[in-house]
Amino acid sequence: MRFIPHTEADRQAMLAAIGVESIEELFHDVPKKARAVEFRLPEPLTEMEVLVELNQLAEANAGTHHYACFLGAGAYNHFVPSVVDYVISRGEFYTAYTPYQPEVSQGTLQAIFEYQSMICALTGMEVSNASHYDGATSLAEAVIMALNVHRRRRRKIVLSPAIHPEYRAVVRTYTQGMGLTILGDGETAHQDLEALTDLTPLADLVDGETAMVAVQVPNFFGQMASPQELTRLAEAAHQAGALFTVVVDPISLGLFKPPGEYGADIVVGEGQALGGGLSFGGPYLGFFATRRKQVHKMAGRLVGETVDTEGQRGYVLTLTAREQHIRRARASSNICTNQGLMTIAAAVYMAALGRRGLRRVAELCYHKAHYAAQRIDALSGFQVVGRRPFFKEFVIRTPRPVHEINAYLLDEWEIIGGYDLEQDYPRLTNHMLLAVTEMNSREEIDDLVTALEEATQ
Amino acid sequence: MTEPLIYELSRPGRTGVDLPDPDVPLSDMPEEWLREELPLPEVSEVDVVRHYLHLSQMNYAVDRGFYPLGSCTMKYNPKVNEVATRLAGFRNLHPYQPEETVQGALYLVYHLQEWLKEIGGFAGVSLQPSAGAHGELAGVLMMRKYHLDRGDTKRRKILIPDSAHGTNPASTTMSGLEVVEIPSDERGNVDLAALEAAMDDTVVGLMLTNPNTLGLFDEHLEEIADLVHRHGALLYGDGANLNALVGIAKPGEMGFDVMHFNLHKTFSTPHGGGGPGSGPVGCVERLVDYLPGPIAAIEPGSEDHPEGPLYVWKMPAKSIGRVKAFYGNFGVMVRAYTYIRMLGAEGLREVAEHAVLNANYLLARLKETYPLPYDRTCMHEFVLAGPPKDLQEKGIHTMDVAKRLIDYGFHPPTVYFPLIVPEALMIEPTETESKETLDAFAEAMLKIVEEGREDPDLLHNAPHTAPVRRLDEVRAARKPILCYTSLA
Repeated sequence: MRFIPHTEADRQAMLAAIGVESIEELFHDVPKKARAVEFRLPEPLTEMEVLVELNQLAEANAGTHHYACFLGAGAYNHFVPSVVDYVISRGEFYTAYTPYQPEVSQGTLQAIFEYQSMICALTGMEVSNASHYDGATSLAEAVIMALNVHRRRRRKIVLSPAIHPEYRAVVRTYTQGMGLTILGDGETAHQDLEALTDLTPLADLVDGETAMVAVQVPNFFGQMASPQELTRLAEAAHQAGALFTVVVDPISLGLFKPPGEYGADIVVGEGQALGGGLSFGGPYLGFFATRRKQVHKMAGRLVGETVDTEGQRGYVLTLTAREQHIRRARASSNICTNQGLMTIAAAVYMAALGRRGLRRVAELCYHKAHYAAQRIDALSGFQVVGRRPFFKEFVIRTPRPVHEINAYLLDEWEIIGGYDLEQDYPRLTNHMLLAVTEMNSREEIDDLVTALEEATQ
Repeated sequence: MTEPLIYELSRPGRTGVDLPDPDVPLSDMPEEWLREELPLPEVSEVDVVRHYLHLSQMNYAVDRGFYPLGSCTMKYNPKVNEVATRLAGFRNLHPYQPEETVQGALYLVYHLQEWLKEIGGFAGVSLQPSAGAHGELAGVLMMRKYHLDRGDTKRRKILIPDSAHGTNPASTTMSGLEVVEIPSDERGNVDLAALEAAMDDTVVGLMLTNPNTLGLFDEHLEEIADLVHRHGALLYGDGANLNALVGIAKPGEMGFDVMHFNLHKTFSTPHGGGGPGSGPVGCVERLVDYLPGPIAAIEPGSEDHPEGPLYVWKMPAKSIGRVKAFYGNFGVMVRAYTYIRMLGAEGLREVAEHAVLNANYLLARLKETYPLPYDRTCMHEFVLAGPPKDLQEKGIHTMDVAKRLIDYGFHPPTVYFPLIVPEALMIEPTETESKETLDAFAEAMLKIVEEGREDPDLLHNAPHTAPVRRLDEVRAARKPILCYTSLA
């Protein structure tokens, strides 16, 4: 049998040592009736056969290896250097468990410590944990942390409507039993892009009951906000005693000021862009960084530096009194398994690119996205919407429904088009969110422009 | 043996990746919005490779040897899983692509859901949760919402045995519910009398791990399920220990109403040094509308299409909502699909049989020497109460045995859990280990007892051969250094 090394002689010797006649006897505590069941599963395949089937399934998909991709909205087609997969394919990393025994887990622990350090550097914050499941659950954990910082005495949270719709949905799922009031994104059905992206109304919602205000930079529509207006919002939150949380695209931080410079108390985001690949939505990486003074309220695993009995530097999981296996019902979260291997991928990515490489990726995204926007804006019937500066994504108004245009792009040009914003924002009919990264060549962008033009004829 | 931090290898001007020059005209940037400093390391590609290779060599892992970490099911991770998940047609898919362009991926998700339904005896499964604790949170929220939707608003309590994983009470608190702890009886089962006394119409449900964290199958499961259901409550199953039952019995047919699976335990997907995992949640018919989503479904009316049915994403009617963005850890699902496809029903049954055989064999070899708190046939794992009494009197504890095992080339078992067994050593060998490996481990465990009698310090100072000696965890917590100090 595959993956089971026992010979018949082994089994007999083992049963004799145990003192039973058959393996079945070992299951005597399981009700006999429950064991009399049939499992209807397909007949087993050998490795050779299963690879044929999986190759067929893989080839039944149209991926970014064949198609030009201008779809983003929270998952991005960025370049993954070969070293990333090399490192995370090492069996010593990927077949290890959570580093509970530090003497034999220094590899994982030091790699996570380096990841934490680089996330702090990128976000301008002081402390990073060892990850959450994705950007959305990082935001949900930020909300819960803000409640805990206020000892659950404040029950209001203000969320910008320009935060990713699925992130806001996950916050609501996580907190449905907590008796919260979530403000700020209640009117999305009636708002146009200007109203959705205006930060000033958020400050007006903050009062002495507010535990946290959260915004996304660049926002879901790709737009940046000025450090001054973000600082003003941070100050409004702080004056009311609330925390200020920023959801951020890590690649944008290769270029733009980090949230630590404009007053953020918590910085979260999706780390998929940091060497993770698209992988149909997961596994991704939720990063989470905060201020040192709040570290005891933070959820998730944390690696710290220490020394061994001989004074050598080493790393351990630390401040575990926050966690479920110690504090059980009073833990800051139930999280234990996180996205460990993806943090190592992110560390390798950030190290390999370094300070110049990450800036270069961000610059390429910026210039290519702006080139695409200028060309599309010049097309008759199309218009780039919104006056704010943007990073790598932007909104266009289209002369036909977005899904019709996307179908044309796909069928005639093998282009994966943008995100249809009407799905989440009913006022934004015929509004498409386009993402351009370093992976999109000028030729692809020019094809997109030609294809869009054709799609209206 | 230590390795410098990546930052300490940094030299100004180095880079590990070359990027192309812009092939489009440059656009202006808002200068005052740009950052001045980006304190990332500057290293070459070969620096990166050697550094992380050195780090990897400081890790113990299943690919190196025996990893009997109780409750974690550290079985061998088949290499074909890694090949499958890296196929270009899987890894290069954007989650928002139109459904027609990702039919192969949706087929895989749909069929994995179907197989887990069959394995668990459930009517519905959602693959969205990313880890066991995440599936647990989803399951508790489902139970809560089920009662609320029926107008049953006074149910506020979740009952949890004292042997449970810490995630159970933590998930309950996150769901805004109240934890009531139920003691275990002298045979390691849930104390039925205590359970009966705690049951009333304010109970949302009971969370039960079965086999429990002692590795014991509860001898009163049928009575427990009846009792819970008689009071209108639900029975939650913590599926962390499914490796004992996979292919043998179906939790959904034994009274469990909702349960999470751990694809990274039972279904051979790697643990990755702490994730990514996958914690699908399954449930019986009356709860299917509450599952988190979206989940994969067949488009109604497309069942008989000549080119096959159309697979689509669908949100369950009364869903608790999304528990994460997108659909779950797809890369992990591909691995679990591959594994189940290779094993089939008979292969899965053999998994559980050999997992239980291995655990009982090791137990038989150790129980004369190490104290056993509950002397019963175990399932896939068992718990010992630390080193023999005379060693404990000499100040030799479970941690010393664990650290000494490292010198013998083994990963230590889970230690000091479950909390109800003092000095607990929780051992789960899994089915992928040979008799020779188990014998070598048993001999090391027995030898360590002899060593402890002759030279206690040999154990107190262990490990002697690991990359570092015992680490000062108190210092780490008292004066936390949580990022590279030159940055702080």
